[in-house]
Amino acid sequence: MELTVWTYEGPPHIGAMRIAASMDAVHLVLHAPLGDSYADLLFTMIARSAARPPVSYTSFQARDLGGDTAQLVKTRLAETVARFKPQALLVGEACTAELLQDQPGALALGMGFDIPVIPLELPAFTRKESWGASETFHQLVRALLSGRPMPEGAGDPAGRAQAEGRRPRANLLGPSALGFRCRDDVAEVTKLLDSLGVDVHLVAPAGATPADLTGMLAADFNICLYPEIAHSTCVWLERMFKQPWVRTVPIGVGATRDFLLEVARLTGLDPEPALARARTRLPWFSRSVDSTYLTGKRVFIFGDATHVMAAVRVAREELGFDVVGFGSYSREFARELRALGEDIGVEALITDDYLAVEARVAELHPELVLGTQMERHIAKRIGIPCAVISSPVHVQDFPARYAPQMGFEGANVIFDTWVHPLMMGLEEHLITMFREDSEFDDGEVPERPSQPAQATAPVLADAGEPNPRPAEAGAPAPGESADATEVRWESDAEKELRKIPFFVRGKARRNTENFARERGLSLISVDTLYDAKAHFGR
Amino acid sequence: MTDIPSASSTAGFSSSPNVLAGSSLAVRHERGERQAFCGLSGIVWLHRKMQDSFFLVVGSRTCAHMMQSAAGVMIFAEPRFGTALLQDRDLAGLADANDELDRVVRELLARRPDIGTLFLVATCPSEVIKLDLDTAAARLQQAHGGRVRILAYSGSGLDTSFTQGEDSCLRALVPHLPELPAMQRSLLVVGSLADVVEDQFQRLFDKLGIGPVHFLPPRRAADLPPVGPGTFLIAAQPFVGETMDALRERGSQLITAPFPFGIEGTRAWLLAIAAAWGISTQQVDEVIAAPAARAKTALARYREQLGGKRVSFLPDSQLEIPLGRFLARECGMQLGELGVPYLDRRLMEPELALLPKDTQLTEGQDLEPQLERLRAERPDITVCGLGLANPLEAEGLTTKWAIELVFTPIQGFDQAADLAELFARPLNRRQRLGF
Ligand code: SF4
Ligand code: SF4
Repeated sequence: MELTVWTYEGPPHIGAMRIAASMDAVHLVLHAPLGDSYADLLFTMIARSAARPPVSYTSFQARDLGGDTAQLVKTRLAETVARFKPQALLVGEACTAELLQDQPGALALGMGFDIPVIPLELPAFTRKESWGASETFHQLVRALLSGRPMPEGAGDPAGRAQAEGRRPRANLLGPSALGFRCRDDVAEVTKLLDSLGVDVHLVAPAGATPADLTGMLAADFNICLYPEIAHSTCVWLERMFKQPWVRTVPIGVGATRDFLLEVARLTGLDPEPALARARTRLPWFSRSVDSTYLTGKRVFIFGDATHVMAAVRVAREELGFDVVGFGSYSREFARELRALGEDIGVEALITDDYLAVEARVAELHPELVLGTQMERHIAKRIGIPCAVISSPVHVQDFPARYAPQMGFEGANVIFDTWVHPLMMGLEEHLITMFREDSEFDDGEVPERPSQPAQATAPVLADAGEPNPRPAEAGAPAPGESADATEVRWESDAEKELRKIPFFVRGKARRNTENFARERGLSLISVDTLYDAKAHFGR
Repeated sequence: MTDIPSASSTAGFSSSPNVLAGSSLAVRHERGERQAFCGLSGIVWLHRKMQDSFFLVVGSRTCAHMMQSAAGVMIFAEPRFGTALLQDRDLAGLADANDELDRVVRELLARRPDIGTLFLVATCPSEVIKLDLDTAAARLQQAHGGRVRILAYSGSGLDTSFTQGEDSCLRALVPHLPELPAMQRSLLVVGSLADVVEDQFQRLFDKLGIGPVHFLPPRRAADLPPVGPGTFLIAAQPFVGETMDALRERGSQLITAPFPFGIEGTRAWLLAIAAAWGISTQQVDEVIAAPAARAKTALARYREQLGGKRVSFLPDSQLEIPLGRFLARECGMQLGELGVPYLDRRLMEPELALLPKDTQLTEGQDLEPQLERLRAERPDITVCGLGLANPLEAEGLTTKWAIELVFTPIQGFDQAADLAELFARPLNRRQRLGF
């Protein structure tokens, strides 16, 4: 057993739903108790999709358990196929049904449907959402392509395209429902490939039908846009049909360039014209004098492996931040994440325990958090600015506007979204300059998480209740030693501290207290404050 | 495991004499695919209501994910609920699962010294593997007694649908309620109400001289209300049937009445309580004159907007029947299909008597055929769960999220217009939008 508060990933059948909901003409029958239909709202409310996900539930209850739940499964299967007439049927079970061992997949295979039936093994007590999505996609592709002959010219994208007198073509694999900004990334990457002279043959799972999938092999190579979903499928396609695949995920200016180079190498095309035409403001904005304030901003990054690894590179190389901590809940990519950690000298935090992430953020007290919806909570409680860079996300992270993360336009979007939560350069100086002005009665930003007991109100339940100020709780944060309270501030020092702009005051307080503690001082004077400042630098 | 009560479980309750016994409404019973939350979701409001309590769901990642989705990932703080995730090795040997649970509870109590009452909440998986949380609660109570009270109940989707989880939770509290001293008389209002509504009712009770009045759930789980033969029980929510049964077993007497939605419902509810105190209708009408008049004025505007419009309910929260009654009788709306998750006649008889005689009542759900009926009927507004709302909007139907009706204070005179507003707003929006 493991205690959780929030979870980054749902169970594996949610992953299966993501694939079904991404595609057309596919239906998923889920053997699941009544309450598991909550999952529909992830798609219809959070992602604001206009259609229900193509999922039917058996909705069994206690009174069904004594009887024949298998019959219930058969009824739902028959009704679903008759009503929705899908091109392919996925059959899976949620955690409770797994315990009943009704084997809905086997039941479905025995019912003689004249469409492909793909039974899914989704071990709910050992696996999670991304794995479930990846496995479902893989099984579906496998079921539709197994036994196909090797296409002529397979394994040689350049030669094959040339022989057929056409531009090389690629499958874009991995974009899915509930993924982060997939819709716009696909458009951006399609443009990018076009600029190079490559056509997109198929996007999957998003928007594809099973019939489309059966035509996958007509593409010369695959692009693994979201490894969480598409990695195992790409590997399988390469092994079975010699379809090569592109590894670089084009998030950030550098990665987008590398991506173009990798595709060019694979297809024998000249990347220079495409690189020359690249339009992105990130490098200039980042070099412009107003961005000097970004130098060495301490950031903490957490999310899925793909977005986190890309974000580490962008943060360091393209914005000049210090990555003081990073990590991911994607255990499937632990090896890559650890290797990256070793490269940059920061240990990767591989966990899906929200509380462990919170403790790490509290301990590092970065100036910016780049994370998921969960890190947004954490950052809000601790009083640190935050931008969301990865699923899981909330309704506001499915924007109406065009907001890709990939390609050159994606880099522009990233510059804006990461930098806006921070105080701009001139703003910082003005505030320092006019801090005595009564208009700048700023109020201190809390620097520690409130004691859980003083939890604030859920917005839905009682929106009218004002949130208690977290700062007033004053309990030690998880991971912070209890003796934090032993160091006291002289009132003059406290007054001096208030003269420091509020957005760095938390850091100054912490640094000074640490400084005092290290030196065994129990009382902080104005001098201690400035000694600490001198010791740490700005 | 108990079953979701169906129409057949009418045992034990007598309806008050001023109400028709047995209604003539035809009820369609359906079984099939459901679109409803399970009873775990009650935790989302219960943990706010009883602020000294913590809810430990003993279940799977599905349960944890469900809680997160139902709460919205909007609680900018650590909530007073969490999940003890069952893992492979817990499934293998139950003894281990118990040890593991003991460990998790120990860790939780160490992390959260503020917990006064800890609820272990059973789920589908914990019930299917027969992990007995009642026994576990007793065992843990031994170990941590004195410091916390540890109780268990089921919120599983096998036993409970959405608001029924609250019933299950409150029922678990009943054996722990202190005994009301003999010869004393009190009123116990059952079903969680927003604090502001409780306070309004309390003021009316004070003016009527009805007291002492207690509420279940209380604002602090530590302050459990007393119960005994002198207790008169009244339901404030339509989903507390099992709790009422358990309270009656402790000797208390049930007052049945329509639920306090709208002016008519609130008045009837207060009249039924007053009658038990021997207070006359005239006295009640005097006391409620001002708030009832206020409510009437406030409601008039919405009557204009809602009058003649058709409303349908898909089964969700158990509030459907009293709300349908309010919308039909006080707002002049026409009722389309009225779907309820289950029909609890023990509490619903007075409401059924007030429904228009031709109401099409459906108990249970078979989703797809029900949606087909809905599309054929095309009501002006449909009340439904969160998963269905946007797809129905996309089909051109106007919807109201049922869950909002659970989270918003809607009982009593001063909320009557707010309640109507919840239905008027989606219609109003449709009118404003230029496309
Ligand atoms: S229906 Fe059962 S398995 Fe699903 S969330 Fe509810 S309690 Fe958990
Ligand atoms: S705002 Fe509330 S209702 Fe809307 S998606 Fe978020 S949690 Fe759901």
